[in-house]
Amino acid sequence: MPLKEINILGKHGKQFVPDLEMVELTPLFRGRPIIGTNITEEEKNKVISLCPVNAINNSPFCIDMGKCLFCNECHFALPEKINFTNDYKIATNDRSKLIIQAGQDIPIKINPDKIRKEIKSFFKHALKLRQVSAAGDNSTEMELNAAGNVNFDMGRFGIEFVASPRHADGIVITGPISQNMAEPLQICYDAIPEPKLIILAGTDAISSGIFAGSKALNRSFLDKYNIDLYVPGNPPHPLTFINGVLNLMKNKK
Amino acid sequence: MTKIYYEITSNPSSIKLTDIPVLSYSEFQKTVDELMSVESNHCLNYFAFPLSDKYKFVCCIGDDETKKIIILSHEQPKTKDISLESITAKHFQFHVFEREIYENYGIYFSNHPWLKPIRYPFNRSNLENKISNYPFYSIDSEELHEVGVGPIHAGIIEPGYFRFICNGENVLHLEIHLGFQHRGIEQLFLEKQSVLQQTILAESIAGDTTIAHSIAYSLLAESLANKTISEELSIERTIALELERIAIHIGDTAALCTDVAYQLGQVINEALRTIIINTNQFWCGNRFGKGLIRTCGSHYPLTKEIIEIIKNNLNEVEQRYLQITDRIFTLPSVLARFETIGKVTKKQASMIGAVGIGARSSGLKRDTRWSHPFLQYDKINYEPIVLPKGDVWSRAMLRKMEVLKSVAIIKELLNKYDNEKIIDNPNYDLKFEPYFIAISMVEGWRGEICHTAITDNKGKIIHYKIKDPSLHNWMALALAVRGQEISDFPVCNKSYNLSYCGNDL
Repeated sequence: MPLKEINILGKHGKQFVPDLEMVELTPLFRGRPIIGTNITEEEKNKVISLCPVNAINNSPFCIDMGKCLFCNECHFALPEKINFTNDYKIATNDRSKLIIQAGQDIPIKINPDKIRKEIKSFFKHALKLRQVSAAGDNSTEMELNAAGNVNFDMGRFGIEFVASPRHADGIVITGPISQNMAEPLQICYDAIPEPKLIILAGTDAISSGIFAGSKALNRSFLDKYNIDLYVPGNPPHPLTFINGVLNLMKNKK
Repeated sequence: MTKIYYEITSNPSSIKLTDIPVLSYSEFQKTVDELMSVESNHCLNYFAFPLSDKYKFVCCIGDDETKKIIILSHEQPKTKDISLESITAKHFQFHVFEREIYENYGIYFSNHPWLKPIRYPFNRSNLENKISNYPFYSIDSEELHEVGVGPIHAGIIEPGYFRFICNGENVLHLEIHLGFQHRGIEQLFLEKQSVLQQTILAESIAGDTTIAHSIAYSLLAESLANKTISEELSIERTIALELERIAIHIGDTAALCTDVAYQLGQVINEALRTIIINTNQFWCGNRFGKGLIRTCGSHYPLTKEIIEIIKNNLNEVEQRYLQITDRIFTLPSVLARFETIGKVTKKQASMIGAVGIGARSSGLKRDTRWSHPFLQYDKINYEPIVLPKGDVWSRAMLRKMEVLKSVAIIKELLNKYDNEKIIDNPNYDLKFEPYFIAISMVEGWRGEICHTAITDNKGKIIHYKIKDPSLHNWMALALAVRGQEISDFPVCNKSYNLSYCGNDL
């Protein structure tokens, strides 16, 4: 009988991505945007009013990736002047680095000064995370699951999701945080031993995305703690998450 | 004889709100009773909304055989302590709709056997009801024990609370308590009136059903604005919808293998799902199809290159999926955990108004693509796959068969597709008909999705109602585990893979 299994495996071949830091995604993938410097006031106002989540602001003109849903509508309105590159390495621990200004074309990095002392050396070799979906739409959750699958296999770096908060070194929050999940989220966080990380995965978690202003949300949890990593995307690509966490663990600048 | 209901025969449809006859409640009850005695009828939607000094109740009943949707209504003055006789007592599938109306507006249904909260929305009528204090059913017995799971589960999934009453290892009763995912999405449809914002809201109803829900919204908005779409755009949307179905069905095949500890089945199917969602990413830049479906047009028309990629990837996936599923469905250790487990009979499925996978795996021929065809489905002679047994095996097998069918549908449509034709750019400047009601239905991978919108005298949406198939089918999961060992819960759960946020909205 195992012959059949071997046959299937033979056909299946090797599926893992050997180097997760060198992958190039399809050209249409929408990652870090680049904004031209020659945008007129009229064009600015056009895309500012078009943006469904107020991620584009004036003075100075910029796109906030923490709010952006990567819907690409501003690009289609100004195809020559706003472009989303396929650079998926957009996770950082510095919220202000997610704001991209006109003419800016530099990779998004970790800010080493913002890494808390108590976690700096603690999680270099292994990191166990507890995920909490707080009204996430299930797309980010599926991408986080995919980060551990046969293709991306982040387990090779010692990064794993665990069932119990007692076994975890940190919490990964997805979704805009509903009122109805506020208490369970707090209970779960409290159950994780110190020192512990907080990672926000997906635009919904970072800024509540399209749900901004909904009366069904309660984001007060986020006011209380330091956020250790922001992973933008709608949903974030597994590679965005893995590279972000790796850079944080290794204190890569 | 005066007309007692309005019949529509096309999907999507928009009609004047005043065209729907208003019945007295007793007439309404009697008519519903008559309609529900026909086996092929089921309730698509039943909701209430405030309209000046009244509550207007709209009920849509779909006929699987005649392609009709019957719409009927009644109105009640906005007084305190409205109490109506429950329809649920006779026709159980109304339970969730009456519960929703009670929760939202405090309109009481007498003789309702299970008048419990369904999602604890922020704008519920009674804010004293707290989500931490859900009224669980319990049995007072020294022989029994209760098992509570949730709202946060062991894996990376959405939150929901399951409470089992068990006799030893056997489940007597499961109660599913949801609402943790409530984001107020229906209210946001009223607050964000731009068509682009509403499209993005529709994409976010349930991230695993991005394409189906955004198609439902687009069809509804286009119908409400009197716009027709080109044949090519319709083909593209159908292809996207079937790709979504293939991706999730393969992913769920993987999940089912995980839960019966067949690791090879799991990893191979995970890798196959990756190929499909990467096809989506190649087409529109997003693995879930966010950004692909837009009103009246598309930013991502199919090109020769994309068509080639879709064809090649489908061939590859079809071949390898056949190979691994042949193994899965002949392996005794897998079959022992699939066969006769989690049975829901045809009668039960019919009573609870099950849709989609939950209906077709229990012998009910219910599929919007066949009963109320939209986009390309009336042109391809689509015939649903129905399996009679209602167990986990049937739901797993149905997924396999539907994957193969979806591959065939996409290939047929690609052959028809003329990529020389130019696809329009999206149009967000839509003017909706005033004082209208619009309905659109889409068969997502889980089953029947129904969106309904009502406009005021200026064409502004004043009520938006979303129905995800999960709303009906959560009850099927509760029934499936009755009499099973509690260890069979995970595999029963995965066989349905229902949406939490689709229910909680």
